[in-house]
Amino acid sequence: MLLKVENLQAQVEEKQILKGLNLEVKPGEVHAIMGPNGSGKSTFASVLAGREDYEVTAGSVAFNGEDLLEMDPEERARKGLFLAFQYPVEIPGVSNKLFMQTAVNAVREEKGLPPLDMFDFDEYAREKIKLLDMRADLLERSVNVGFSGGEKKRNDIFQMALLEPKLCILDETDSGLDIDALRIVANGVNALRSPERGFIVVTHYQRLLDYIKPDHVHVLYNGRIVKSGGFELVHELEEHGYDDIIQQHQGE
Amino acid sequence: MSQAHELTSSTQYEEINELLSKNKHYKEGFVTTTTVETFEKGLNEAVVRAISAKKNEPEWMLEFRLKAFAHWQKMAEPHWGKAKYTPIDYQDYSYYSAPECGACGGACSTESENAEEVIDPEVAKAFAALGVPIYDDQANIAVDAIFDSVSISTTKREELEKFGIIFCSFSEAVQDHPELVQQYLGTVVPYHDNYFAALNSAVASDGTFVYVPPGVRCPIDLSTYFRINEAKTGQFERTILVADKGSYVSYIEGCSAPIRDTYQLHAAVVEVIVHEDAEVKYSTVQNWYPGDDDCEGGILNFVTKRGICEGKNAKLSWTQAETGSAITWKYPSCILKGDNSIGEFYSVALTNRRQQADTGTKMIHIGKNTRSTIISKGLSAGKSDNTYRGMVKILPSAEGARNFTQCDSMLIGNQCGAHTFPYIEVENPTAQVEHEATTSRIGEDQLFYCQQRGISEQDAISMIVNGFCKEVFSELPLEFAQEAEELLAISLEGSVG
Ligand SMILES: Nc1ncnc2c1ncn2[C@@H]1O[C@H](COP(=O)(O)OP(=O)(O)OP(=O)(O)O)[C@@H](O)[C@H]1O
Ligand SMILES: [Mg+2]
Repeated sequence: MLLKVENLQAQVEEKQILKGLNLEVKPGEVHAIMGPNGSGKSTFASVLAGREDYEVTAGSVAFNGEDLLEMDPEERARKGLFLAFQYPVEIPGVSNKLFMQTAVNAVREEKGLPPLDMFDFDEYAREKIKLLDMRADLLERSVNVGFSGGEKKRNDIFQMALLEPKLCILDETDSGLDIDALRIVANGVNALRSPERGFIVVTHYQRLLDYIKPDHVHVLYNGRIVKSGGFELVHELEEHGYDDIIQQHQGE
Repeated sequence: MSQAHELTSSTQYEEINELLSKNKHYKEGFVTTTTVETFEKGLNEAVVRAISAKKNEPEWMLEFRLKAFAHWQKMAEPHWGKAKYTPIDYQDYSYYSAPECGACGGACSTESENAEEVIDPEVAKAFAALGVPIYDDQANIAVDAIFDSVSISTTKREELEKFGIIFCSFSEAVQDHPELVQQYLGTVVPYHDNYFAALNSAVASDGTFVYVPPGVRCPIDLSTYFRINEAKTGQFERTILVADKGSYVSYIEGCSAPIRDTYQLHAAVVEVIVHEDAEVKYSTVQNWYPGDDDCEGGILNFVTKRGICEGKNAKLSWTQAETGSAITWKYPSCILKGDNSIGEFYSVALTNRRQQADTGTKMIHIGKNTRSTIISKGLSAGKSDNTYRGMVKILPSAEGARNFTQCDSMLIGNQCGAHTFPYIEVENPTAQVEHEATTSRIGEDQLFYCQQRGISEQDAISMIVNGFCKEVFSELPLEFAQEAEELLAISLEGSVG
């Protein structure tokens, strides 16, 4: 099992947001999480990534059999957990290249691999840049500074491609992408699919899922997964919205 | 070119990590115990006379002191800066302290054959611990080591003498080169210039004197290391640096002080004279004790540094990395008098905890086609306040003068402040003045983003901060650039969260 989440409960500023969430991701699987605004999707992603503001009050998360909640955020990242942010952050004064070289070397160190020097890294980055059809000059610029919304998202996926994580969590990476960019990002994700790697894709739209064909689809509502199914669930949601599920759930 | 640069910055930054794990505190904070002669606390004319007598000074020097003291008594302590301090009780400080064997400031043994014989072993240990090479060794740098009020040792003097370069303590220069000292003392910073300059002129302790003769390129870096040791003792160093026609010199100063629980006063004056076609690079890495978490016990650093580009094509660069002191009040300036002369100011000022820095520069353009560049990087963390205050003044005579100013502030966390006060006065219509300013903030979001990519919080801060300061550090001599980066990393510990 790549990821096993059991009865996860978490709060922020005394407010309970995750209220007993269960999820299992096996290597090679792609899970989509959908759900209305404010249901806790980003919170779930942040808790997995180890953001301090979110306090876990109950439950457990095992990542490759290890207790994820015990680890620092950087340790989680080095062990292969990657989060593409809903809102990627700008870091003025630090070139994207130095940033990613540092990150790649941190992960390589964890794997017991020697660091890549500037030249090795350049070569390595060039392959991945092609994959995402990014402008090469974005590497020289400060991390996300002055990037368009779509460029920022693409940059996050580019970072994912460089780090080759074991579990990729994409939080609304498709929001704000034009049609071409969406296809490119989807291709990037598909290129990374492998029997060892798992994905959790948070999205509001069917379009991205059409490209990447998730194995499982979940609906998160009010801090819990209230419905799970296969790809057909996406069509159902697209047609009927969340109302049916919510009502059913509230009736319980 | 840019590739090589980035390679080094990423390796340097590994070293910072290593350092971070070792240095948890202000490591220069130790106290040296040795036999010292320290004056009673208090300041009056008798004290001024006593300092002069201790140093065996000629009449003209005593007169300079007395004139300054009389003037100082009529002046008011300045409180216009952004940095707030309670009025200083000048009677509560001692104005002279020296390890006993060096009590005359070198005036008794003008030519000591072997420095090792006369240096107090405890003092020698202190400098060794600070990594200051006070014995000649293989060091590729000449050092004037100043301990409280006196210069302890000046290295490489003979080697430098071969070139006609004078490198000695200020006290020695008064004895051995009175004509030169009289020619330049108080010409760039008059004794009445400002409150702290007047105080310094009255009670000047020791400092460095440098003279580079015409056409000589000084083969090694010259440096001074200032160490405050005695409690409640002010340090008032006086430094004069003269680069005669067509000469070149790179001069570096460093400083530190022990951890004390009351504020320590430091008021220095530096005068630099650059003649025709000469160039001076003046670099400072300032690491005075900043005080405890509330900055109690830190150094109050009131400094007047000013240089004049006297002749045409003269060039003066100030580069400073300011990380210490409870309060820093400092505006290294250039008077660009010679036609085509160039003034530069590169500064990184970092404040953390409750430190306050009010620093910047003045560029006074007098000559034709004079040029000045100001690059200021202010970093504020903790609950500190960081102010850039700079003046660019173009006089009517400065036909074709140009200035470029870039003034960037970075805030780390959300309890600190950054302020920018640029004063621009242009009295010649042919002048071009450009000013750019930015402010950015390192927040939790950025650090989390880095951590999510596998980069630790401290590494993330170092990376962001060093990226921000790169332009200035590249102006520092290599070893000092490294030291400055390390200092930043140490000073920033625990600055977020
Ligand atoms: N730092 C915070 N402080 C207070 N409330 C928060 C904080 N972070 C999240 N919340 C609240 O928690 C709830 C869940 O937010 P979350 O961002 O996880 O939703 P989401 O499912 O990702 O929504 P969207 O689809 O709009 O992105 C919301 O009500 C939100 O206001
Ligand atoms: Mg969200």
